[in-house]
Amino acid sequence: MNIYDLTIHELKDKIAAGELTPAEIKKAYAARINDVEDRVKSYITVTDELADQGLAEYEKKKDELLAGIPIAVKDNMSTDGIKTSCASKMLENYKPPYDATAVEKLSEAGAVIMGKTNMDEFAMGSSTENSAFFNTHNPWNLNHAPGGSSGGSAAAVAAGECAAALGSDTGGSIRQPAAYCGVVGLKPTYGMVSRYGLVAFASSLDQIGPITKDVEDSAIMMNVIAGHDPKDSTSIEGKKEDYTEYLKEDVSGMKIGIPEEYFNLDFDKEVKDSVMSAVEKLKDAGAEVETVHMTDASYALAAYYVIAPAEASSNLARYDGVRYGLRSEHASDVSEMFTNTRHEGFGDEVKRRIMIGTYALSSGYYDAYYLKAQKVRTLIKDDFDRIFNDFDLIITPTAPTTAIELGSKSDPLEMYYTDIFTVPINIAGVPAMSVPCGFDSNQMPIGLQLIGPHFGEGKIIQAAYTLEKLLNIKDKRAEL
Amino acid sequence: MIDKKDVEYAAGLAQLKLDEEEKEKYTEQIGEILDYVDKLSELDTDDVVPTAYTVPMKNVLRKDEVQESLPREKSLANAPDEKDGQFRAPKIMSD
Repeated sequence: MNIYDLTIHELKDKIAAGELTPAEIKKAYAARINDVEDRVKSYITVTDELADQGLAEYEKKKDELLAGIPIAVKDNMSTDGIKTSCASKMLENYKPPYDATAVEKLSEAGAVIMGKTNMDEFAMGSSTENSAFFNTHNPWNLNHAPGGSSGGSAAAVAAGECAAALGSDTGGSIRQPAAYCGVVGLKPTYGMVSRYGLVAFASSLDQIGPITKDVEDSAIMMNVIAGHDPKDSTSIEGKKEDYTEYLKEDVSGMKIGIPEEYFNLDFDKEVKDSVMSAVEKLKDAGAEVETVHMTDASYALAAYYVIAPAEASSNLARYDGVRYGLRSEHASDVSEMFTNTRHEGFGDEVKRRIMIGTYALSSGYYDAYYLKAQKVRTLIKDDFDRIFNDFDLIITPTAPTTAIELGSKSDPLEMYYTDIFTVPINIAGVPAMSVPCGFDSNQMPIGLQLIGPHFGEGKIIQAAYTLEKLLNIKDKRAEL
Repeated sequence: MIDKKDVEYAAGLAQLKLDEEEKEKYTEQIGEILDYVDKLSELDTDDVVPTAYTVPMKNVLRKDEVQESLPREKSLANAPDEKDGQFRAPKIMSD
């Protein structure tokens, strides 16, 4: 395997064995970026200086978890003094004066940060086509989308342009691109990873998580980024574990629920067959699999498309041209400064969601929309809690199809539907991971979603690790 | 389900400027999305307490002790217009 195809743990083993130096590793990944970036276009900014800084600190940090390992960061996570654009014209020239906690943790762990990756603008989208700058292309088929909104991060991992990456997930934005790009994506329990420095989209749903080449790497990344942060008042204390303890091949006695209502939805037969075949393998390995009944996922999608835009309309009110970001040059008074700045700075999808959110929160509509959606949220969360009283995990497909073709979805609702399986998880705040479980007849990756109870990352990792061994496809790489 | 007036209203509240074509387009698209959202009314939520956050904590406070702040120069570093250590913007009050 090429150096750029190796996982974090494989690279660490090679460094320890004296077979590779961090300088050689960084060189290999930088060369790979040079080689494929014009076709994949994962990165908004390649951060040579920051990477070299990480490399220079290797000796000091050589015992740390990510010492010498090339990592990419989604461009909605603040990097001190380095452009953080959220793929928006609004922040095209914005350089944060601080690091996000998750980024700080990567640096402390010795990571060599390669760059900031492309995304849907302000994390609103499911294909990375809403980036204000350019499309990212799926390494498995360049005419296809990498998914979104963390499409750049997922594509970078799949293309060998980094060993692993950070993404963020509000309605599926780590898991769905991971599925489309044939890599592993974990959305932790809400509150497990600090949101300090993550540019807010929907504060009650956003979570940072790792996108990696395999499950072991996901556990390593979680050990680095998870944990309480006093700077994030929604971050949780006392729940962090050593996630690598769950890297065991053992699902005997694990109770897995298959929600009939999810599987009855309209989606690709090849995806369904691939997921069910993987479930059978878990069953053969000793897991107890049963059908369960849950609230139809489309209610969660409906609640999400009230709650997320509502929270977004509040979070994006700060972009007014006053203190940072774009200020319109075509404004003759303060009112025009606000409206022109926001007109020029925001793309279509962002404007659409801000308006939906504003409407749903406005006087006369608040009860019917926002309050109603908050109540449905309770029903959905309780639904998951109920299942997890008797079951260890729930399995569903990650996405209804494999990676869509670029430019194929012009209707917003159609695009929203690609998140049908992932959204309920954010609504309930539970953790979930997408693992590759096969390929369709066009050799496009299929993802399986493992959902756990709150703080159930360990069970997820154990089952995913076992599944990975059973399927034995994790070393397959996209040909570029 | 939603008409142009509603879109103009929401845009006004959100400080968004829209041209006629955009108003038409958004009216249609947002209308479709809100139609989909209407299915929430199919669920009985009469005695249900709303959930704002899924974390089990309340009143997350810290000691009222002064800690480090962002230095002024850093705070102003991205300012579109700055004067005398302050953000400068068009006047708000009319003559």
